[in-house]
Amino acid sequence: MSDTTQNGPMRAADGTPLKKSLARALRRQKLRALALIAPLLIFVLVTFIAPIADMLFRSVQNDIVADTLPRTVVALKDWDSTSGESPGEEVFSALAVDFQAAAEQKIHTKLGSRLNYENPGISSLFRKTGRGAEDIGDAFMDQFVDANAAWKDSETWAGLMGSDEWLAEQAEWVAAKAEGVKEPKFRLRDGIADALPRTSSTYATFARDTQSGTKSLVKTKPWPVFFVALAQDLATASPEVIASVSGDGAALLQEAAATAAGFEPFDYKAAFTDIDKGWDNVGNWITVQSYSARYTPGYFLNAVDLEKSPDGIQARPEQQQIYIKLFVRTMWMSMLITGCCLLLGYPVAWILANLRASTANVLMILVLLPFWTSLLVRTSAWKVLLQQQGVINDILVWLGLVDDGNRLVMINNQFGTIVAMTHILLPFMILPLYSVMKTVPPAYLRAAKSLGATPWTAFWRVYFPQSVPGIGAGSILCFILAIGYYITPELVGGTQGVFISNRIAFHISSSLNWGLAAALGTILLGAVLLLYYVYDKIVGIDNVKLG
Amino acid sequence: MKLTSTLLATSALTLVAGTASAIDLTLVSWGGAYQNSQLKAYAEPYMAEHPDVNIIWDESSAEAVAKLRAMNEAGNITWDLVDVTVSDSIRLCDEGLAREMDFDNELAAAPDGTSASDDFGDTLNNDCFIPQIVYSTTFGYRTDLVGDTPPSTVCDIFDLEKYPGKRSLQKRPIDNVEWALYCDGVAKDEIYDVLGTDEGQARAFAKLDTIKDQVVWWSAGAETPQLLADGEVVMGSTFNGRLFSAIAEQNQPIAMLWDMQSFDLDGWIVPAGLSAEKEAAVLDFLKFATDTQRLADQAKYISYGPARASSAPLVGKHDALGIDMAPHMPTDPANASNTHLYDYGWWADNRDDLDAKFQAWLAQ
Repeated sequence: MSDTTQNGPMRAADGTPLKKSLARALRRQKLRALALIAPLLIFVLVTFIAPIADMLFRSVQNDIVADTLPRTVVALKDWDSTSGESPGEEVFSALAVDFQAAAEQKIHTKLGSRLNYENPGISSLFRKTGRGAEDIGDAFMDQFVDANAAWKDSETWAGLMGSDEWLAEQAEWVAAKAEGVKEPKFRLRDGIADALPRTSSTYATFARDTQSGTKSLVKTKPWPVFFVALAQDLATASPEVIASVSGDGAALLQEAAATAAGFEPFDYKAAFTDIDKGWDNVGNWITVQSYSARYTPGYFLNAVDLEKSPDGIQARPEQQQIYIKLFVRTMWMSMLITGCCLLLGYPVAWILANLRASTANVLMILVLLPFWTSLLVRTSAWKVLLQQQGVINDILVWLGLVDDGNRLVMINNQFGTIVAMTHILLPFMILPLYSVMKTVPPAYLRAAKSLGATPWTAFWRVYFPQSVPGIGAGSILCFILAIGYYITPELVGGTQGVFISNRIAFHISSSLNWGLAAALGTILLGAVLLLYYVYDKIVGIDNVKLG
Repeated sequence: MKLTSTLLATSALTLVAGTASAIDLTLVSWGGAYQNSQLKAYAEPYMAEHPDVNIIWDESSAEAVAKLRAMNEAGNITWDLVDVTVSDSIRLCDEGLAREMDFDNELAAAPDGTSASDDFGDTLNNDCFIPQIVYSTTFGYRTDLVGDTPPSTVCDIFDLEKYPGKRSLQKRPIDNVEWALYCDGVAKDEIYDVLGTDEGQARAFAKLDTIKDQVVWWSAGAETPQLLADGEVVMGSTFNGRLFSAIAEQNQPIAMLWDMQSFDLDGWIVPAGLSAEKEAAVLDFLKFATDTQRLADQAKYISYGPARASSAPLVGKHDALGIDMAPHMPTDPANASNTHLYDYGWWADNRDDLDAKFQAWLAQ
């Protein structure tokens, strides 16, 4: 009896093995702990991590070209950009379908502004072509409608393209006339995608676009682009495939195939170059081709002053190189500002830490006061102080230290940025330093001195090493805040004192080149993480203390 | 229990009452004196006539395009009417973020029956943009710092010998490169042809190089009037309305230099994708706010010219100062003898490219 008890697993009071019971209790505890932090965790994930991840993703994302011009992108794969000639009829016929479908959805101009970042001038080419492309469709529509007026009707198209089940559901929906109930979601007829690939895919786009609103497919006028697509499909499809299409529209389609055979051949390339000569320009097509992939390194290349060209990656023209310079400037100026904060903040923190508590508290308010003043007010105050007709120059002139004709230039340059930002970031240095210095017992310094150390040795060998964690924390805080600043540099930095963040802000809010802004932001984030890693290796992150 | 149900019932009632009567319209503008002129000329009279409409203002026009794009991506448009410059309206229209307008049917005709599209005329730039005002970016100078011969042409900006001292220019290529080429001897109607070439751009930057170390670059419209008032610069560009208030309202020793003033337009766009109810309310307000009388009324509060031809004769006196506003309008014949018309289409294509070059040039 005793043997079996000892050899078997230990059991809890209810008979379950103790190990299992313990694990369950621990798991419950962990879950409870997780539930406690869950609100914060979810909050951080939803409002912080997810948007940042999404923004960073934009730096490589380039779906817009392949989504807006799907057929053109495929047809353009075989085009040799070094041939010196714009693509042939095959690409232009695909473009005719893509472009009109895009123009109907009003997304062609969006693609134009995307490609304009890479090739100035494309945005107006796309805008102008949007208006002209419809005429191509109208010409085809007239020919089909002349042959049989039924093509004008949206019902004809729905009957030809929709599956029999969908048509039945749709008919029920029309009969029911229920308020607020959307039309059943469109489904393509079996086999039609093989018989009429271009027509069916444009119709599917039309259906998606129409049904995303409250409109009904049978009440919406057919897009002229259907007729272009249909003419192209009929020209390539074999009679057997056309004959295999079932449904009400089958007879009409047979008839259309016969009519279409009699059409004059259409010169798509000529039609497009008539709308705008830009379509005959090889450079524009190179842009479309080289940015047709769904992911692009283009934004990152741009962010480090490189560009993609048919010959590979090369440096941008010198007159457009700016980002590397700004990255370097942001780094060294932020370090300098951090250094200035340390130089000014260290003695202040030391005094605060060694005064009587009541006096220290009063002085602490002076340190905190700038925190309660708006950033813009503090920056503007520096303008008043530093400008050439400002307070400091006036005093210097009055004292006779500076000649009235040669007033000092202290603003709209790097000096202005360094002064104003050092002032603004100083509390972020003083506070961690103070809280660390508070914990250093004054007895250590006295002991060092009584053992014969000079005041300098006592400070340098005994006090300073103990304040290093505060220096680390303050410097990291100041540095990271400094590289992200843009309002202060924008206002007092002139041309030489602006940071990379000014460019990021510009691309987010003015040029709308979010991809480039995201790439610049990613590089900045990478640089900070790298510096953090280096700091950890040299100083050790365990040595950082906020208090 | 009883209390809860009473509370519930009351709040339900208020909700029903709320939806039935009041509607909130969120208007986005630039803040400051300009927004105030819109409040006085459009919003207050409209709300007096329509007590059920409540107009809320948001001062975000400077970031309107970026914010509308973000709202559109999030699928939640919270703005109903947005005041933007033409170039921003082109981009909003291009991106499908602004609603296309049917000008003749959705806007009021002129009192003499001229259709809205004829009355607005050339100021109708694209299908989404409903113009309100004509403003200009032009120069002001310190009357006491320019000697006996005040500057008379825009090219005096580039003349450091005659007018030594700092000048302030906007931190962007638009207008500055055109003025540079004009003063480098390019005929006015050839400016954009020249600017379209690399040599032309280099030429513009070379001209700007001659004054580069004497320029203070501004990014907010209020900076130049302040710099002029402080005596930091002897001359500088800004929006004409800002200079008007420094001169007429604050009595600063500043005068206008209208030569080659760069005309621009500002107006409304309706965001795409509003609910039917909101859209109807916004269009009703818009019809009122852009009629002939309302546009003329706005000029009582700020020195920007109304965009309708029929409003010009109705422009009266300043609301507080009582001075005639017509001579302070950028469109006044005396001020508009030599003007610069900004080519929106050209800038829509070349803005990003030239801006990159401009920033690289600044950083040199």
